[in-house]
Amino acid sequence: MTLLTAFARAEAAAAGRAQRIRTVRHVHLSRRPLVVIPLQLAGEACAPLAVMLGDDPDKPRTLTVYEPRDRARRFEFAADLAEVILGHLDGYLPPDDPDVHAGTPTQGAPAQGAPAQGAPTQGAPTPGAPIQGAPALEPLPDAPQLLVPNPNAAAFLRLLGRSTRLRRTDGEHAVRPTVPLLGRWLTHYGERAEVPGSALLLAMTTALAEHWATGQSDLEDANLAALLGWVDPPDGLTGQQAARLAEDPVRCPPAGPVTDPTFDNEVLEGRMAAIRDATEAGDGPALARAQAAMDAALHSQLAPTWDLMWRAHALLAELPEAAHAQRRWKDDRRSFTAQAAWLREGGAPQPRRDSAVAAAKRLARLEREQQRLAVERAHDDPLVMAEYRLTGEAFAGTVVDADLTRLDTDGKKPKLRPWLIVQTTDAVIVEPDAVLANPAFPGQAAKVIEVADASREPGRTLVTLELSGGMGRALTAPPGSTPARGDAVTYTTLRDDFQPAPQFPSREETPWTHGGPPPEYVPTDDDAQEAWS
Amino acid sequence: MTARQPGAGLQTGLDRLRGRALPKNHDARTISALAANPGCARRALMDAAGVDKQRVAAHVGFAAQFGQSRFAIVRGNAFEAQVKENGAAQLLILLRDLLDLDVSEVGYADFNDVGGNSSAELRHLHTRHVLTAPDQPGRTLLDHPLLRLRVGGRHAYLEPDLIALRLDGTFHVIEVKSFAVIDGQADPGKVAAAAIQSAVYVRALRDLVTEAGGDPAAVSHKTILVAPRDFSSQPTAASLDVRRQLGVLDRQLSRIASIETLLARYPGTLTFDLDPDAQGRPRRPAAELAAAIGQVAASYAPECLATCELCFLCRDEAGGTTGALGKPVREDLGGIEYIAQARSLARGQVPAPEQAEIAAQLLRAAQLRAQVLGEAV
Repeated sequence: MTLLTAFARAEAAAAGRAQRIRTVRHVHLSRRPLVVIPLQLAGEACAPLAVMLGDDPDKPRTLTVYEPRDRARRFEFAADLAEVILGHLDGYLPPDDPDVHAGTPTQGAPAQGAPAQGAPTQGAPTPGAPIQGAPALEPLPDAPQLLVPNPNAAAFLRLLGRSTRLRRTDGEHAVRPTVPLLGRWLTHYGERAEVPGSALLLAMTTALAEHWATGQSDLEDANLAALLGWVDPPDGLTGQQAARLAEDPVRCPPAGPVTDPTFDNEVLEGRMAAIRDATEAGDGPALARAQAAMDAALHSQLAPTWDLMWRAHALLAELPEAAHAQRRWKDDRRSFTAQAAWLREGGAPQPRRDSAVAAAKRLARLEREQQRLAVERAHDDPLVMAEYRLTGEAFAGTVVDADLTRLDTDGKKPKLRPWLIVQTTDAVIVEPDAVLANPAFPGQAAKVIEVADASREPGRTLVTLELSGGMGRALTAPPGSTPARGDAVTYTTLRDDFQPAPQFPSREETPWTHGGPPPEYVPTDDDAQEAWS
Repeated sequence: MTARQPGAGLQTGLDRLRGRALPKNHDARTISALAANPGCARRALMDAAGVDKQRVAAHVGFAAQFGQSRFAIVRGNAFEAQVKENGAAQLLILLRDLLDLDVSEVGYADFNDVGGNSSAELRHLHTRHVLTAPDQPGRTLLDHPLLRLRVGGRHAYLEPDLIALRLDGTFHVIEVKSFAVIDGQADPGKVAAAAIQSAVYVRALRDLVTEAGGDPAAVSHKTILVAPRDFSSQPTAASLDVRRQLGVLDRQLSRIASIETLLARYPGTLTFDLDPDAQGRPRRPAAELAAAIGQVAASYAPECLATCELCFLCRDEAGGTTGALGKPVREDLGGIEYIAQARSLARGQVPAPEQAEIAAQLLRAAQLRAQVLGEAV
C-alpha cells in the first residue's frame, strides 16, 4: 500500500463510498469474456460441485456434479465443462484446420512427448515465453478471456487443470479426449494468471480493488459482493451498509469456490442424500426430482454472483483503457497462440513440476514483468504517478525555458541535446546526472543537469534537463518531438528501459547443483491413475 | 515457571464471568488465535472463562458465521481414522519410508479416556504419568494425550487430535490434517496454521516434561505433518520445523496479561451470563449484555474476522479508526489513530509537533488527489 491509497481508503470510509485510485483501466477487458464461477465440495482436494458459466449475461449455463465424491462423476463433469470452454476457445482459433478442436493433439502423429525433438529448447512447454533466439510468434488477433470472481476461483481452475491434464483417454479409467485437453488449457490459464499484468484469466475482486479504494480492509475486499457494495452501492445505502448486508451468506451467498457451511449442512447434504437414495432405489422420477432440487439449490447460490460479475464488468468497462494495457494483452494473445500451436503439434502436457531451468526462467520473467507493470502503470496514469511524486521519484511542473536547438559539440560530431528548465512545486530529490523519463515522450531520456531553488518564489524548484533520443537524426528536433516552453510535463526516475533477460543454461546444461539435466517429462501410468488411488 | 493451580478466588471470578453456560475449552486453534492478538483483553478474559463467544455475539446482534461444513468434518474424520486404523499401520509405513524413522515394534497407547472417567484433570495426570514414567517402552505412538498450557497464568487443557511419537527418548508431535498436498505443495496458509498449532503442542509437551523433571529438549521441534497426497486419500508425511513458530508463540504468550490482573480491573458484578430459561433461551436484555462486553477493551484488527466469534461486534466498535482499515493503512497514515484526524490534517489542520511530518505528507496527498482527479474527471 502507499500513502495515497491509504488516504483514499480513509476518504472512502468517511464518504461512505469507494474512491478512485486509478484514472484509467489498467487491465484489458474483452467485450465478450467467458465468466466462470466454480463451486467445490468442502473438505475435498479438488471436487467440483457446480459451475455457472457463459459469455452472455442473459444466458448462464450451469453444470452440476450430483455426487462430487465419486471420481467418475467428476470426470464426466470435466467432459461437459470441456465442451463449453473448448467450444468458446475454438471461436478464437484460426479456422484453417477444421479437424483441430481447440488444438486437439493429433493422435497417431508424433508420439506423445516426442515432438520435443522438433523443438529441443522447449522440453517443457512455456508457451508465451519467447524462446531465446527464436523469433516471437505472431499472435492471433484476439484471445478468449476468462473472468472469475476471486483469486481462489482462479486457483481452483488451475487445480482442476492439474487434476485432469494427465488423465488417459484409453485403458482403465479412460476419460473422454476433451478432458486432458481442458486440463492443459486450464493449466495454461492458471499459470498465466501469475504473470503480473496478464488479463487472460482475471479475478474480479483483484481487478476492482486495483482501481478503487474502499472504506474497509483488503481482507474484507476479498468478498466480491462487499467490495462491489462499496464501489457501487444501491440507492439509499452507503457503501458500508451495502457491504455489511453483502456479508450475510443467506442474502448474499459466497462467490465461491467454497460454499457457505450453513448451506452445506442445511440444504446441500439433504439434496445429495435424496439423489443417492433415489439412485439406489432405481426410482427414475424421484431421481429426476431430486436432481432438479439440487440444481435449484445450487442455482440460488450461483445466480447472485453471476449478476455481480456482469455488474463489475460493466463498471470496469466504463473506465477508459490504459495505453499499455494493449501491449500486455498482446503478450496474453501471444501466450494463447503459442499454447494452441504447442497442442496442435502434439506437445506433451505441462509436467507435474517445472525443471530447475524452467522454474528459474519463469521466476526471472515474473520479476521483470512486475517491474515493467509498475513503470507502465505510472506512465499511463497520473494518479499512479502521483504516488511517485509524493515519494520524490517523480515531479510534475511547467517548462519555463527551453533551448531546443542546443548542440553538444564535445565529440567528433555535434549531437542534438536540447535543454529544458522545468519549474515544479513537487519535492525534488533527484541528483544531477540522474536519467529521467517523460511518459508523454517515450524513448526520450532526460539527464538532470542542475536542481536549484527558484530564488524569487519559495517552495518552487527549477530543474534543468538535457534531452536525448526520440528526435530523429537531424540536428534540429522536429516539431512536437520534445516538450516546449509553457508545456505541463512530468519527469520520473521510473524508466522503461530494462536490462536484457539473464542468460539461463539449456535444460541439457542444468548444473549439478540443480540436479543436473532432468529427464524428459513423459506422463506415466502413475500420473494417469493418481486420481483413483 | 511454577505449575500453580489457579486460586479459588480466580476460578470463582471466571465462573462468574461465564455465568450458567457450560465452559468452552481452549484448543490449539483458539490459543494460536489468542497468541496472534495478545493485546486483546476481551478475548483473553472470555477464553479463560470459557465463555461461548458465538452465543454471546449472536445475542447482542453480531452473530458471526464460524460453522464448518459437515462435508469437511466427515472427510477430516475419515482421513484421520484411516491413518490410525490397525494400530496406525499407514502412519508407520510413512514414518519409515518418507522420514527414515526406525519404527519397528512400535507400541500404541490411547488416552481417550481413563477407565470410563474422562475428566480433563484426570486424563492429563494419566498422560503425564505414562509419558514420564521411567520404565516406558522405547517406541510408542501416543494417541490423544491430554496436554495443558499456561495461558495468562492459567492452565488451559488442550484436547488435541494429536498423536505423539516417542522414539528412543525423543517425542515428535504428529499432526493429521485433511488438506491435500499436491505435487509436494500445499496451501501455504493452511500449512502455516498447522505449524503454529503443532508449536502449541510442542510447547505443552515440553512443559509437561519439564514439570516431571525431564529435559524439554526431549520434545523435538521437528513435527510431522500427515495429509492426503495429490487427489487421492493416501496419506503423505512431511517434516515441519516449528522453531520459528515456537519463538513467536512464547513471545506472544508472555505478552498476554495475567488473567488474575485482568480480572481485578473489573467490578465484581461483571458477567457475560445470558440468563437462560429452562429451554436454554437467553433472557438477558441485549443492551445490558452489550454494556458488560463494552467494559472490557478489545483490540480489533481485520485479521480477527477469520478467527474470533466476536469480530463483528468489535469491528463495529472500531469504526472510525484507521486500524479497522488494516494495519498497513494505519502504518501508511503514520500511525494516526482516527480517520477523522487523518482527514483534518490532510485539509490543513495545524498538527501536533510529533505529527508534523505525516501531516505535511497528508496535505500533499490530498492536493495531489484533488489536482489529478480534478483534471481527469
